Amino acid sequence: MNSRLTDRRGLAIWVYVAALAVVALATFLVLLLYQNIVARKAEATQHVFRVVDVNDRTTDPVLWGKNYPRQYDSYRRTTDLVRTKYGGSEAFQHLERDPIWRRIFAGYAFSVDYREERGHAYMLKDQRETERVQKFKQPGSCLQCHASVIPTYIDAGLKAGAPAGAENREAQIQKGFEVICAMPFTEAEKLVEHPVSCIDCHDAETMNLRVSRPAFLNGIRALARSDYATPHLPSIERWRREGKKGEYEPNTDANRQEMRSLVCAQCHNEYYFKGTGKLVTHPWNNGLRVEQIESYYDQEKYSDWTHQETGAPVLKAQHPEFEMWSQGIHARSGVSCADCHMPYQREGAIKVSNHHVRSPVLNVAAACQTCHRIPENELKARVELIQDRNRALLTRSQEAIMDLLNGVVEARAAGASDEQLAKARALQRRAQWRADFVFAENSMGFHASQEAARILAEAIDYARQGQIEAQKVVAPKKQ
Amino acid sequence: MIRDLTHEKLSNRRSHSGWTPDHRTLRFRALFKLPTTRIRIILAVGLSCTIGLFAGIGTYTFYYAEGLSYFSDDPRACVNCHVMREHFDGWLKSPHHAVATCNSCHTPTDFIGKYLTKAENGYWHSKGFTFQDYHEPIMIRPSNSTVLQRNCVRCHQQFVSEINTHPGKRREMLDCVSCHRDVGHGPVN
Repeated sequence: MNSRLTDRRGLAIWVYVAALAVVALATFLVLLLYQNIVARKAEATQHVFRVVDVNDRTTDPVLWGKNYPRQYDSYRRTTDLVRTKYGGSEAFQHLERDPIWRRIFAGYAFSVDYREERGHAYMLKDQRETERVQKFKQPGSCLQCHASVIPTYIDAGLKAGAPAGAENREAQIQKGFEVICAMPFTEAEKLVEHPVSCIDCHDAETMNLRVSRPAFLNGIRALARSDYATPHLPSIERWRREGKKGEYEPNTDANRQEMRSLVCAQCHNEYYFKGTGKLVTHPWNNGLRVEQIESYYDQEKYSDWTHQETGAPVLKAQHPEFEMWSQGIHARSGVSCADCHMPYQREGAIKVSNHHVRSPVLNVAAACQTCHRIPENELKARVELIQDRNRALLTRSQEAIMDLLNGVVEARAAGASDEQLAKARALQRRAQWRADFVFAENSMGFHASQEAARILAEAIDYARQGQIEAQKVVAPKKQ
Repeated sequence: MIRDLTHEKLSNRRSHSGWTPDHRTLRFRALFKLPTTRIRIILAVGLSCTIGLFAGIGTYTFYYAEGLSYFSDDPRACVNCHVMREHFDGWLKSPHHAVATCNSCHTPTDFIGKYLTKAENGYWHSKGFTFQDYHEPIMIRPSNSTVLQRNCVRCHQQFVSEINTHPGKRREMLDCVSCHRDVGHGPVN
């Protein structure tokens, strides 16, 4: 063997080149992984950069979104239009799906237009567009929950002579609230710009949860002063135990988990417009159950309208989610509104609560499976079963109310006096109020399934009792 | 490439008949020849540098990601990636935190089983966390559930020996944590 051949022993050039390329590629991938780890570690240490200044007067969510882009991203998605079996965020017309309610609401604006609420992003737009506002005169009261209204209240309050200074914030809000409720809606709506925004639930300085809606503060304080048991709101029970000093103050007394429900309860509740000032008022003085709210309205001799066909002074339920949730097993177990409607989600190493507030049925994994470790399909089926059962009871109660209405109309046609009809009308008020309480509540009974069924059972019973009362008026004449 | 090879075959045949290959063909052929000493040294040095760089960057990434901690029994290693923060916090408040760490319940006791389980879960966890493609909320997989069940029985043998349990057989396995849900991670989760 000569030296030339020895020199040329070994691997071909391409083997070297290929090995080099493979190792270089592997190095490249390791560096990508390294970069990924760096990013995750950075996420874990800090994730808020205040790039703009937001304060107690900033209602524009775009500005807050610059500081809190993750929350803002999901908040913006409340524009989506998705229909669930019984609700969702698409503006379908309830009166077309359930025409029976046109008759139940006869003589009231809801018999003209009763569309399903869309997402948070539309709350102001929808209120401006509904035929209940277009065709009827409404007060400025609506703004409390259809706009990011607190700075507007403060301005109006200061103008009306409320004491200045940050320490008097609540007095200013309360004063402005009274002024704006009494204004016509068409005038008041010019004072607001945005639908519900960051500032409605958060303190701009600390980002802590905060409730500011004046009607809610008045209502929850009235509730605290009552003897209604609130095991699901332990801070109220503590305030009572500690001697009911001053007023119950949710912002300092309630814990974070309670606040994750109370911020929602500011608007998702039952209310009425009190007196000539049209002050938004929550009927919670006697408690949160359907008959306790009814007894309050009875004491106040309040009715929303007089039924066109029967002449009965009847009530309209709004959207008593807070009240219904309070009766349910989830509330009792310490589960808040946000736990299911704004469940935590992970983005890298960060945990963010999802600000795309929507039906948990559309997000079962995050909303339910954190506690219920069973397959999604099974969970959905369970929810649907509860809702189907309540829907069947609701349909029965609607039919019973129809029979009651027919009975009273017949009696009136036969010349029955107001005195003779008083009992049937009172029972109509009770029956209609109960059916509507479940119909208007956004969960088709899920928030408190047994309570919803109880309410509907009572509705059916009162409707049939009323039907009998109406027939009693007619029957003797027929003989 | 295919064209080049065909070309080369053709040119080989033709060279016998007096055809001279062009420069491109010659350069390509050089790739398949054995290199000279000088070229070999250059290539070897280049390759060594690249492998060295790879080793260095790899080791540093491993160190930066606290890779060694995963060989330990320290529960803090399990919250390196923050996904299990709630599970760790829950464990701190659970009845078992004084007597058992993550590995006491979630890995087998034998050396090989333990590190095989660690390797398998490590793979899925790193893949999930890097590509962010894991199911939320995270749930235990059946194979890990079996490991867990074996560990419950391992310590509580005296109390449960009368209860027939079949770890590994999904339908027959008596699952302790199905009822004793909060022993490991406290009242929630």
